[in-house]
Amino acid sequence: MSIAVTGINKRFGDFVALSDVDLEVPTGRLTALLGPSGGGKSTLLRIIAGLEFPDTGTVEIEGVHATWLPPQKRSVGFVFQHYAAFKHLSVYRNVAFGLEIRKKPKAEIRKRVMELLELVHLEQFADRLPSQLSGGQRQRMALARALAVQPEVLLLDEPFGALDAQVRKELRDWLRNLHDEMHVTTIFVTHDQEEALEVSDEIVVINGGKIEQTGSPDDLYDKPANDFVMKFLGPVTTLDGRLVRPHDIEVLRAAESDAVGATVTKLTRVGFEVRAELRTAGGRSGEVSEPWVQLTRSQAEALALEPGREVWLRTSSAPQTLAVS
Amino acid sequence: MTDTSVKLETSAGGDDSRPPVLVRSPRRKPPSGSPVTRWILRILAVGYVLGLVALPVGTVIEHTFENGLEPVLESLRNPDLQSAARLGVFVAVISVVINTVFGVGISILIVRYRFPGRRLLNAIIDLPVSISPIVVGIALIFVYGSGGWFGPALTSMGIQIIFATPALILATVIVALPLVVREVIPVLEEAGTEQDQAAQSLGANAFQRFVRITLPTIKWALAYGVVLSLARSLGEFGAVRVVSGSVAGESQTLTLFVNDSYQEFGAQAEQDAFTAAFLLMCVAVLFIVIIALLRPKEQTK
Repeated sequence: MSIAVTGINKRFGDFVALSDVDLEVPTGRLTALLGPSGGGKSTLLRIIAGLEFPDTGTVEIEGVHATWLPPQKRSVGFVFQHYAAFKHLSVYRNVAFGLEIRKKPKAEIRKRVMELLELVHLEQFADRLPSQLSGGQRQRMALARALAVQPEVLLLDEPFGALDAQVRKELRDWLRNLHDEMHVTTIFVTHDQEEALEVSDEIVVINGGKIEQTGSPDDLYDKPANDFVMKFLGPVTTLDGRLVRPHDIEVLRAAESDAVGATVTKLTRVGFEVRAELRTAGGRSGEVSEPWVQLTRSQAEALALEPGREVWLRTSSAPQTLAVS
Repeated sequence: MTDTSVKLETSAGGDDSRPPVLVRSPRRKPPSGSPVTRWILRILAVGYVLGLVALPVGTVIEHTFENGLEPVLESLRNPDLQSAARLGVFVAVISVVINTVFGVGISILIVRYRFPGRRLLNAIIDLPVSISPIVVGIALIFVYGSGGWFGPALTSMGIQIIFATPALILATVIVALPLVVREVIPVLEEAGTEQDQAAQSLGANAFQRFVRITLPTIKWALAYGVVLSLARSLGEFGAVRVVSGSVAGESQTLTLFVNDSYQEFGAQAEQDAFTAAFLLMCVAVLFIVIIALLRPKEQTK
């Protein structure tokens, strides 16, 4: 285990940020801490980095008991949402900072910094100030700066949160590729489930100061432990008293024994997909529900869906559903 | 209700005789008044500054050089003026050093740490600005004077504060206390703590972070605060007046020398007063130039 966090509690005044959190992060993996704002994920990351200290509990990094070590004594690289660029230093000096602190020889610093700048595609910006870079470039610089000191663990706090959608997507792919090359144990915090599902090897869902579920992206999406995880990881709707993903509902033209009758109330086309809103006549549970179904355009055309049409709904084969709690 | 009020507003706007394009166009900057208004405002502003500042200052220069250069040089050879200038500069420099060290320390404390009494401390720092310097002087006598709290104990140890250089420094430090702090705090607040934390995670200890991150961040604000403090310290009169014996050659700063010489009888004494005042003014002008040079740099930071 690269990082082992045990029994962490942390309060800010009356607010409970983390309550009895245990977490183990395997070496060399890319792990996402996913959850809504204020759920405690950033606090957990900052405790691992040593930027906050827990009220109770322990942190171990690569077998070293690190709970009370200051950040500079942990082998941890930290990347902030708002870059935390050293504004008065050039890009080169920013990346060189940790190496200069460690009093490495000038030639070695130069070699390592240029390597890293090449890795993050900033080699031609070495002499610029951070204020002359775009947000995405600044964040890549911050990453190079954190990687320069060869940390055992790389921690990223909402690293793409301040960037616009296009750049965010690019950097996301780029982070994944970078991780595949470098294999440094990485934890990143995000509230964007798509980001977590796309980039990470493992996802830890945190809500209300507690870990809801830990697992691979597929595990979490297909086998959510509770309805919070199910709702947080993707779209959900209710059919016949159960939570179900809208793409897991099958729409039929004819009645089947396990299908529920429903009327189409509204159709919305969003690019390649069609969202059908329906109203059930009250199924086995006798409950009227208003599910929505996600279809492709050709499916919708084949079924000749239009508002007012009577159809039958059932959950398609082996879908994940949860009883509404 | 809402509907009618909106309609009323639009109809009032429609009745407006001015062409709406000029008023409403959001892209174009509205013209800053007619040329006549502009000239009147200019003359008023220039006249105001001339009458209040330039004219009195001008008369000092005029009086200084009334009888040519020779009397001025004669005054500059006056050992009392020379020692007053030396003491004034000494007191100011020591005070600025003290205020810089503690000012930066207090600013970091107030910006980066949350502790009980933080707001009170923040408010107390501003006190010297609002309190009359003469009150500061009297307060110092109450504390360190022969009848004050620490006075007898200090006297028995053979340390004299009041009517000696330490009191001059104390008074000057208090009076100029907020200047560095008030310049540095906003810059520190704007910079936030993330750069510091980033440096920390890169392995920098507290001293390295201060030298490599904090100091470069605040340097222009600090320089500005130092120059302001220096100007304030050199020009301080009220608090210093109370705690100084104003003994020529001993506890007389340049401002006290101006005052005392001016109140003496005799043409040479008056000439000394004007010469010393002229010196103070020259230094002030120098500082204004420095401040003007520093200001834009600070703002672009």
